[in-house]
Amino acid sequence: MTARNRELGGVLVAGVIAGTALASVTIARESEISATAVGYGAVFLGLYLAAHIVVRRTAPYADGALLPLTAVLTAFGLALNYRLDPDDGGRQALWVLIGLGVFAATLIALRHDYRVLESYRYLFGVAAVFLLLLPSVPGLGERVNGVKLWVAVGPIQFQPGELAKIFLILFLAGYLREKREVLAQGRLKDFGPLLAIWGAAMLVIVQTNDLGSALLNFGIFLAMLYVATGKVLFVAAGLALFVGGAALLYNAIDRVHERVTIWLQPWTDERVICVLNGKLEFRQDCASYQLVKSLYSIANGGFGGTGLGEGTFTSTDGTQLIPALGTDFIYSAIAQELGLIGAAALLLCYMVFVARGMRIALRAQDGFSKLLAAGLTFGFALQTFVIVGGVLRIVPLTGITLPFVSYGGTSIVANFLLLAGLLLVSNRANSPR
Amino acid sequence: MNRQIVRLTYVALGLVGALVVMTTYWQTWAAAGLADRQDNAIKRVAEFSIDRGLIFSWKPRKRLARNIERDVEQNTLFFRRYPYGPLAPHVIGYSTVGRSRTGLERSLNDYLTSSNANLSTLVDKALDELRGKPVEGNDVVTNLDLEAQEVALEQLGTRCGAVVVLDPRTGKVRVMASTPTFDPNLVENNFAQIERIEADCRPAAPLLNRASAGLYVPGSTFKVITAAAALESKKFKPESSFVDPGYCTVYGKRVNNFDTSSPFGTVDLVTALTYSVNSVFCNIGKALGAKRILETAKRFGFYERPPLETPTDERQASGLYQGGRLYYPKLDSDVDAGRMAFGQERMLVTPLQMAMVAGAIGVGGRLMEPRAVDKIVGPGGKILLRQRPTLIRQAVSRETADEVAAMMRLAVARGTGTAAQLPGYSVGGKTGTGETGVPGANTTWFIAFASRDEESPAELAIAVVLQNQSGTGGATAAPIARAVMQAILP
Repeated sequence: MTARNRELGGVLVAGVIAGTALASVTIARESEISATAVGYGAVFLGLYLAAHIVVRRTAPYADGALLPLTAVLTAFGLALNYRLDPDDGGRQALWVLIGLGVFAATLIALRHDYRVLESYRYLFGVAAVFLLLLPSVPGLGERVNGVKLWVAVGPIQFQPGELAKIFLILFLAGYLREKREVLAQGRLKDFGPLLAIWGAAMLVIVQTNDLGSALLNFGIFLAMLYVATGKVLFVAAGLALFVGGAALLYNAIDRVHERVTIWLQPWTDERVICVLNGKLEFRQDCASYQLVKSLYSIANGGFGGTGLGEGTFTSTDGTQLIPALGTDFIYSAIAQELGLIGAAALLLCYMVFVARGMRIALRAQDGFSKLLAAGLTFGFALQTFVIVGGVLRIVPLTGITLPFVSYGGTSIVANFLLLAGLLLVSNRANSPR
Repeated sequence: MNRQIVRLTYVALGLVGALVVMTTYWQTWAAAGLADRQDNAIKRVAEFSIDRGLIFSWKPRKRLARNIERDVEQNTLFFRRYPYGPLAPHVIGYSTVGRSRTGLERSLNDYLTSSNANLSTLVDKALDELRGKPVEGNDVVTNLDLEAQEVALEQLGTRCGAVVVLDPRTGKVRVMASTPTFDPNLVENNFAQIERIEADCRPAAPLLNRASAGLYVPGSTFKVITAAAALESKKFKPESSFVDPGYCTVYGKRVNNFDTSSPFGTVDLVTALTYSVNSVFCNIGKALGAKRILETAKRFGFYERPPLETPTDERQASGLYQGGRLYYPKLDSDVDAGRMAFGQERMLVTPLQMAMVAGAIGVGGRLMEPRAVDKIVGPGGKILLRQRPTLIRQAVSRETADEVAAMMRLAVARGTGTAAQLPGYSVGGKTGTGETGVPGANTTWFIAFASRDEESPAELAIAVVLQNQSGTGGATAAPIARAVMQAILP
């Protein structure tokens, strides 16, 4: 069986999963199977079949597992977003449509040789830094929960950080391919670029207060540097610098300080000063309210979950118990409604995605392709880890999205770009010469 | 570069693998602990879709807690109503969305919501869920005697205090009243009304269950324990005689009797307890040493929370307290045994504990576990749990208990507790007046047991405490005990 036929089979299975998930949400909501749910399932399947056909035409030798895995992940996201807020679900579906369009356009545009991108590496580098700092431009940036992640131009809002991640990986793949031999010698002056990027990461934290995006981008940089040079020393030095810098900022910036305090001690036995209202409150009722409620949500799922549409997210009077449930905390909604089985299945999808992505990096023939695939895949894994790890209290919580699942347009589009990149590298690596 | 990529793969998979491990941790290992947390709104709200079990009184059988159904956004939710309002909120507690739960509503939540790990409950619950019906909880039948509870509240009136009545043969709690009380129906939406409640004491603390969590100076009621310790030591007999000069000297200081004007002269132990002579008990205390008395107190249940079914933090252990914490002396010399022997010296007790003491004396020294719950019944009528009488221990020997009981009967027959006499019953009791030094701010006590005659075991035991009183225990608390006993005895 060829990779494309496996992909077709996988997409069909993903379509069944999406249809079932949407149907069970509508059953829980209206106590009947509505025709619309079946319709949504059919449209979903149709979109992915169209994408499959584009892949068949433009990248026939590409890995056959990634597109079905993406379909399953977006099905999780659509079902959950539709369940939490039908309007958000509709918009999310539109974004998946746009994402698939961008995916198809990228495949078509770069079908002959994506490696032309290598020559634009510095342009990508500058664009990445520009995008990362864009939210802190006065008048453009919007603060959400004290973190500047969004840019608003008129009615259009987007998170430039998501695109910056892709651009940064493109830049690093090109730059490191060129400089890897020189860097591997480990001369002191070659630490310059490393220090420059570390400085940029710290600047991003200071400017946007966004620890998560700094952690993500700096982690991608260290991983790609390691792949390029094989020097563990670089990674160790980079980590030490990052932790040292973050520790300094921990004391200097209230926002970072608060996030870390919440992470270390979400529950207090005594009342502490609440920044939100200036009164004395238990921390679980104030600063760490969101994290603690999210942990309760996860715990309430137990082994089998409450079932789609049966979870508890609102109080008895209909008010939302967990703010930002559809974006930052989508994982705690999944964990409650689908339980350990469903959450583990979702994480398994991510693991298989990562394993396939790394396999593509291994099979790629040239340095640029290897670095690109490894960087994209590691970025995907690290982003999943940072947001879900934050929700699970492994690392301090930061507001980034869960790839393909969280509600949010920029994130969906950026991750479809990432998928297109991996398929292009894979197609080239597997194509017979 | 492939070696590096392989290693990076392990790192990336390890990161996502850590997420699986932590999800497992929160959903299995930590789930029970999180479910018990008071601020767990998710669990609490989720439980409002369960047709919560009802709570009944013992006699007459009335619903103390019931549900009203309300539809909120396609979901049927069940909210609590307490038909008897302020009658017994300290035992029953409340179950609300905004202010969580207290009392039996909290400690028996698993039974009331059918989430107890009992096979038949699990099967019923799974069937209910499959049929799309609301899950039905299990009903709780308490041991409360509603009429006696009502009398206790009436008698306490506007004063701050508590009444506990036990059946000392079984440990069943018949009355548990605490004033000022509150209406649990107001907790959800009119909590400010409860916060405004005022009483003769400050803070009024209407939510506090004074019967099991209020700590008071025991005063002379503690002499019951000192007398028991004295007899158990074999150093003293009921007829041991003492000379009462009207005071006792401890550490060079004079400790006076309650009434210093007329010293009793030469008295025996029986007379000393009948008339509550401080100097005698002071000297017994000095002779026995603090630790020996405390050991006897421990046999009666001091230094442990009485094992009632209410939540742990709604019960307190009795004993010596230092800096707000329970304190057990290492050496006899750490504690003033003379003053402790008649209930002063940092000794703090709960009414529940003192009712247990009186009860054990009344039934030959057998200390029973206090029980607020009689049984728990499943939706099909099946009894899931029946609380059987459980002996904690033989607190003191039968002879000691009977000898102390005889002294207590004399105290009611002709001593300090005559206000508690009941025609047709033999009542043994002990008064107590914990002086705080401020006029009109005494803590007054009466603890008692009642039996058919002097030979038969006690049928009930009672402890009454009142805060901020100007009279003595005999004048203020004993009449309340009498009225409540009358209401409960046939």
